[in-house]
Amino acid sequence: MTVTLSHYLILAAILFSISIAGIVINRKNIIILLMSIELMLLSVNLNFIAFSHYLDDLAGQVFVFFILTVAAAEAAIGLAILVVLFRNKRSINVEDIKELKW
Amino acid sequence: MAINTKSSSPLTGQQTPRIAKRIMMIETAIFYVFAVATVISACAVVTVKNPVHAALFLVLTFFTSAVIWLSLEAEFLAISLVLVYVGAVMVLFIFVVMMLDINVARLREGFVRYLPLGLAVAAIMLLLMLNVVTSDVFVLDVGSEPLPKPADYSNTKALGAVLYTDYVFAFEIAAVILLVAIIAAISLTMRKRTQTKYQVPSDQIKVRKSDRLRVVKMPSVEEE
Repeated sequence: MTVTLSHYLILAAILFSISIAGIVINRKNIIILLMSIELMLLSVNLNFIAFSHYLDDLAGQVFVFFILTVAAAEAAIGLAILVVLFRNKRSINVEDIKELKW
Repeated sequence: MAINTKSSSPLTGQQTPRIAKRIMMIETAIFYVFAVATVISACAVVTVKNPVHAALFLVLTFFTSAVIWLSLEAEFLAISLVLVYVGAVMVLFIFVVMMLDINVARLREGFVRYLPLGLAVAAIMLLLMLNVVTSDVFVLDVGSEPLPKPADYSNTKALGAVLYTDYVFAFEIAAVILLVAIIAAISLTMRKRTQTKYQVPSDQIKVRKSDRLRVVKMPSVEEE
């Protein structure tokens, strides 16, 4: 009845699979794609924290701290690119982004 | 777990077995409730029609997983997950989604077509990962439950002690990454508006009388 390390790892695996499915299903909507990537990072962070707790080692939490930093930077730049894209193309459909320059 | 119950001493190890068992049951219940909530809201993120609803479900996912991080004694990271993600990143997402005028119907094309493929890929991935995770590799039988921390243990203090000594260079690189992100985001989205009218104070100050005023000399006309 007690919660073990495997419970957390299974939860993280389920979250990761859901975000994989989200990337495949919503392959036209860049915003949902970015959200799925955030969800993936969350599941990886859950793995890090679970191992950090059960191995009694703070290094895992330090890594989660850096992952949070990089994820915030990634979201900011990704959304900025998205805004510029929408300004030029009037669309965020992945199918409309076929060329590198327009 | 460093949970202070009023009826017993701060240390869990000195509690009576009944109370310890009850705390363990509560922890298990909290884990299952919030794990199920996390999975359901994560499913909602990838399946709802409206991107605003998806962003709000992602906020719910972050809240519930912050609770799970709290039960893993990562208090600082749980709070910073709520502050950084819910407070900053998701607000940014919602702003962008609301600012853009998106044709949702066109973006949903092929949702049903790709659904079986997505489910198949996810199921294969999940089976592979469960195969690894539930194998004997990750079973920590040597003192599987970590020792309870003393009541005055501070997760933030311990994390800071490691972060500012062993990982100080990585910490500074993280700061540089954030700076680069700020500069990139601003320089990408900044634009000169040509239609709007605005003042140029330096030009206004530099102006001389000769620039604006022209004295026209013309002979007075004689009336006949």
